[in-house]
Amino acid sequence: MDFVVEMLNIRKEFPGVVANDDITLQLRRGEIHALLGENGAGKSTLMSILFGMYQPDKGSIKINGETVRIANPNVANNHGIGMVHQHFKLVSNFTVTENIILGNELTRFGTLNIQGAARKIEELSKHYGLNVDPHAKIEDISVGMQQRVEILKMLYRDAEVLILDEPSAVLTPKEIEELIKIMLNLVKEGKSIIVITHKLKEIKAAADRCTVIRRGKTIGTVDVKTTSEARMAEMMVGRDVTFTVAKAGSNPGEVILKLDDLTVMNNKNVAGLKRFSLDVRAGEIVGIAGVEGNGQSELVEAITGLRKAESGNIFLEGKDITRDSIRSRIDKGIAHIPEDRQKRGLVLDYSLEDNMILEVYNREPFSKRGILNRSAIRKYASDILSSFDVRSGRGPLSLSRSLSGGNQQKAIIGREIELNPSLLIAVQPTRGLDVGSIEYIHKRLIEHRDKGKAVLLISLELDEVLNVSDRIAVVNNGELIGVVEAAETNEQEIGLMMAGVGKGGEQ
Amino acid sequence: MRNLIISLCAVLFGLIGGAVLMAATGHDPLQGYKYLFEGGLKNSSRFGDTLATGTPLVFTGLSVAFAFRTGLFNIGAAGQMLFGGFCATVIGLNVDTARPLLLLMMIVAAMLGGAVWAFIPGLLKARFNVHEVVSTIMMNWIAYWTIYYAVPAYLKAESVETESRLLPDKATLKSAFLSDLFGGSYLNMGLYIAVIAVIVIAFIINKTTLGYELKAVGYNRHSAEYAGIRVNRSIITSMLISGALAGLGGLAQFAGNGANIQIGVLPTQGYDGIAVALLGANSPIGVLISALFFGLLYSGRGFMNAMTEIPPEIADSIIAIIIYFAATSVLMDRLITRIVSRRRASAKAGTGTGGPVSGKEKA
Repeated sequence: MDFVVEMLNIRKEFPGVVANDDITLQLRRGEIHALLGENGAGKSTLMSILFGMYQPDKGSIKINGETVRIANPNVANNHGIGMVHQHFKLVSNFTVTENIILGNELTRFGTLNIQGAARKIEELSKHYGLNVDPHAKIEDISVGMQQRVEILKMLYRDAEVLILDEPSAVLTPKEIEELIKIMLNLVKEGKSIIVITHKLKEIKAAADRCTVIRRGKTIGTVDVKTTSEARMAEMMVGRDVTFTVAKAGSNPGEVILKLDDLTVMNNKNVAGLKRFSLDVRAGEIVGIAGVEGNGQSELVEAITGLRKAESGNIFLEGKDITRDSIRSRIDKGIAHIPEDRQKRGLVLDYSLEDNMILEVYNREPFSKRGILNRSAIRKYASDILSSFDVRSGRGPLSLSRSLSGGNQQKAIIGREIELNPSLLIAVQPTRGLDVGSIEYIHKRLIEHRDKGKAVLLISLELDEVLNVSDRIAVVNNGELIGVVEAAETNEQEIGLMMAGVGKGGEQ
Repeated sequence: MRNLIISLCAVLFGLIGGAVLMAATGHDPLQGYKYLFEGGLKNSSRFGDTLATGTPLVFTGLSVAFAFRTGLFNIGAAGQMLFGGFCATVIGLNVDTARPLLLLMMIVAAMLGGAVWAFIPGLLKARFNVHEVVSTIMMNWIAYWTIYYAVPAYLKAESVETESRLLPDKATLKSAFLSDLFGGSYLNMGLYIAVIAVIVIAFIINKTTLGYELKAVGYNRHSAEYAGIRVNRSIITSMLISGALAGLGGLAQFAGNGANIQIGVLPTQGYDGIAVALLGANSPIGVLISALFFGLLYSGRGFMNAMTEIPPEIADSIIAIIIYFAATSVLMDRLITRIVSRRRASAKAGTGTGGPVSGKEKA
């Protein structure tokens, strides 16, 4: 069999964790090979080894049949391996061309030959159907387009093997479709692709074969066409996974959150949320559906106090909190799982335990008269970390930065639910999580509802909104299009409303 | 631990660099270092002077380090120190009361003076997002010219135009006990205050909710804001504390090591505080040790100059090289990592794992 890349019996240990234990991955020429595993299963470590960022403790890597040592990413590049990271590595005020040639500049008589490079990029872009404007600035183009720039960067360096690390995590559904098309184009032209993902649907749609790893070990490599999604999920998690969320009917009580005619400005200082009114009751989950950038951030930030309301009022349990400080809203019972875990959710340079008390450090028993109580903090943090299965090298003392993205997310969710808030605002709570964790998070959200609390769920994943919510409010262009019962609607109806139903709203 | 190694390496490289310089200019490095260290440590009087020279540096170093832990780069310790020292001098020259009370008033005045000088950049940063590097440097010069005007106008000595009257002994930090203990050195009670300040600041940073808030703001103001911490107020608080520390440095300098305040000088301890904080890895204890080390170099350099032909600038160069290596601690970090991993590679067959390679992902 013709393998481009073979990683044989790879083992890698970090202090306190075995990240990879005897993992084997063989990539055929011209295939899309999915690497599937839970958060913290060791996928990123494995790919970092292939890309030369870590050295394996044991095992060998073969490229085109020859054993090689990949000492650093430059060596990987020379072997034709390119990687698109989950968090893009682009200079935002450079143009596409400038970003692509960075570190590999085309020069003529000692000066940059931008034009020549741009031409080559344009050709590549056409050839692979990427449709990227080489002269556009990164800050002006969409996230999906930025990802293509990253792909182009690899192609420009003549990469034969492309590693894509959770490429769909940051994309809208439409962009995902396009990405899959691009990937199929690439393999048609003879490239080989390894794609790290949790999303079984996408694996089904794009991949040829799939290697599943669990807790650092290879579970197996399967042929995607002949393997069901349920089977792959089971291999990944080690047990049966239910895709639909089991929940009893809701039992709504009194109104917890009342938004009355709320208008909020966006960053460009025009109304991002327009005269928005909505009630969220105790014992129900209200989902907000909408395409990204249609007022969801403004809505969340206004409720939590991060952004001030231009007009209108916000009531929590009957009390007007429109002018309250962020702290006072937290104290009154609002908890918030933020959209961007690294920007807002965590102080990455704090230990996990310090992050677990981010909103409550000033309450007893965590501090008394301004003095922190370490043992109380550690106990509280350990409890959250174990009950939400947050995996880390050194438990509560681990630096938050060192955790995988999914574990960071679980830690944040644990922290917020532990506050036992009367209103829980969950923004994209399962972004970047594997199916096992998603199932668990959904269960916890529903549990929270069943305790008689209100939950406001904002998600770009339509499946999630439909499955978890009791009622769904659809926003378009900052306006409330309508509120529907989740049990009585379907994807088509919501999709139409998201497009603004007749208000002229495609993109 | 790693910070300690980096700082020690920086010092070592600085000393090696100094030796190379001495050798290159035709002097004997061993001789030079012998006198440099003897100058600072030879007898109890010289040791006392070393401690005294280091005292204002402890304050300015703490000032810079504290601000830095909260994400602020306070370049204005010099101005805060000058103004704090000025305020203390005003009290010392004009108030006549029992010594403990007088000294207490001077301490408070120095802290207030420094705090006021730092409050303005803090406010500008919080309100208008004016970068503190720019505004603190400007405040340095405002302090410089304020003193330039105010000292001759209000505190002038009888004969000399360029400095204030001498403070009466009871209005200085002079201590007969310390002086006698260290063979007539000018070591004074400033050292006590410095040690107390180190302990208090270490406590604030590590054990209190205030320190927790300020560090959170320093690391990530977005998540601090999200958690309900008042970011703007934290910035101002941090600058106030930082300025008060620098103000105490002024007290230690102008009413401890010296006994009056001069015009036309921006105290060098202000900028040296940045180096001290850097070498001390922004930890209070580290600052204390590195300030005293700098004190040693400064007080030993005169002796080296007197006993050999080596120019005193060599000592300054050593300090500069140390700062350079402390400032490039990232490079040092990498160097250490490489050495560790190489050693691990050579000792591979054995235990194989469990070495101290950092758990950082994707450096």
